[in-house]
Amino acid sequence: MTAPVISVTHGVVGYDGRPVLRDVSLTVTAGEVVAVLGANGSGKSTLIRAALGLVPLTAGAVELFGTPLRRFRQWRRIGYVPQRLGAGGGVPATVGEVVASGRLARRGVLRPPGRADREAVEAALRAVGLADRTADPVATLSGGQQQRTLIARALAGRPELLVLDEPTAGVDAASQEAFATALRDFVADGGTVLLVAHELGPLRPLISRAVVVHEGGICHDGPVPEPAGHHAEPDHDHVHPHGPDEPAGLWSS
Amino acid sequence: MELFQYPYMQRALIGALIIGLAAPALGIYLVQRRLTLIGDGIGHVALTGVGAGLLLNRSPVLVAVIVATLGAITIELVRARGRTSGDLALALLFYGGIAGGVMLVGLSDATSANLNAYLFGSLTTISPQDLITIAVLGVAVGVTMLALRPALFAVCHDEEYARVSGLPVRTLNLLLAVATAVTVTIAMRAVGVLLISALMVVPVATAQQVTRGFRSTMTAAMALGLFAAGSGVWVAATADTAPGASVVLLAIASFLVVALAAAGWRRLRRRATPAGTPAPEPHEVVLR
Repeated sequence: MTAPVISVTHGVVGYDGRPVLRDVSLTVTAGEVVAVLGANGSGKSTLIRAALGLVPLTAGAVELFGTPLRRFRQWRRIGYVPQRLGAGGGVPATVGEVVASGRLARRGVLRPPGRADREAVEAALRAVGLADRTADPVATLSGGQQQRTLIARALAGRPELLVLDEPTAGVDAASQEAFATALRDFVADGGTVLLVAHELGPLRPLISRAVVVHEGGICHDGPVPEPAGHHAEPDHDHVHPHGPDEPAGLWSS
Repeated sequence: MELFQYPYMQRALIGALIIGLAAPALGIYLVQRRLTLIGDGIGHVALTGVGAGLLLNRSPVLVAVIVATLGAITIELVRARGRTSGDLALALLFYGGIAGGVMLVGLSDATSANLNAYLFGSLTTISPQDLITIAVLGVAVGVTMLALRPALFAVCHDEEYARVSGLPVRTLNLLLAVATAVTVTIAMRAVGVLLISALMVVPVATAQQVTRGFRSTMTAAMALGLFAAGSGVWVAATADTAPGASVVLLAIASFLVVALAAAGWRRLRRRATPAGTPAPEPHEVVLR
């Protein structure tokens, strides 16, 4: 049996002494499409950020592809899609330039981009339906198109595992469909997916397992639960109280 | 033009051109990270190095490079640890830097004219050794910024993504900090500690009025920096003005011209196509 793609065992995370995750264990095996569900502030984003080493664990352990996080170096096997595009400092960047960043994990810092890199960027943009926007500044795109740009950036590295943080939050219907298609193709090619979502929408048929996080613990791990209450209504209005942003460091954007 | 027959004017021009190219090549990353004023801060620290150099009778530029680099690394380490105390630590470093510089210059045999040369630039007193230092360090910064553009772009654009890509984020951040210190120190001779940020930031601000991508912004900013440095030295030589101030004022003048022209062009285009570009789709999520 092969090692799990992601394995979090008894993970504990706290911000400033306030526990966000308490004793959480999660295993994702190759080929699975796992959705992490939960209310805002439940700790679901923290769970996947901890799995990627973006948030330090105060206790417990993380293994990626069978290697402890501290010694893990094969980052090209992972494609990460953050919740939204950083605002940046106002220096324009084209869609193509942002997506090209996705090749760095494969290419390394020193090697200049070659033909394989350009082809992978083009293929990734085609997969999310943005091939005609390559030369446009990302700032001129809609929220959904920016989200698709970030997914293309992750796909450009040809990863085995996609980790997505709320990929469908605030995304228009056309982008959600384009995104579901791209994800379906990725899964059909044998890819593994771990995604955080508030609601699944057109992704629902793709999900093989759902994990529900509630108050820092996992309260459900199994089939996708049926939507309940007002969430079951097709067009209910979502109000997302986003948590305060982390303090911006001097050298961070 | 006959002024440029004198070697000191040739050195002034070459020095200014190298700095005009290197400063925006670095500055674009600082602008992207919203660190446009970090150059000023590191300039303050570099002044202590100048004072130490004058006091010890060593090359003030070289000592300033070392001191500013140490300062920049300290700032980066404070940032990486990052909490609110970082802000205070930076203030201490900056004011300590300028106060230390003024005191050390006072202790040395140097006159206030020496101090002014570093505060406001003194291109025409660049010695051949100074020019070699400027050339070597300026070319090193420019080449590094160009060669590592994909990685530095990724780190400045989205640091968390860069970390998950396995990029050596800490090393790249330190590299950027050191390059800032080096650029500040060599630019100090051209435009002075108090005007350094202008040459790193203003050409970038000008370029991004009309460019669409990162690479085109960088290219245009370097061209604008080259233009401001060259024409600034020429104006200073013909009109007998301060070179540093002339370079910076020309850079700001280019910004105003380009910004106004770009705004006018956009208005013309909007009138030509009344439909304009479609409005962005409304968000489906209400941010509270």
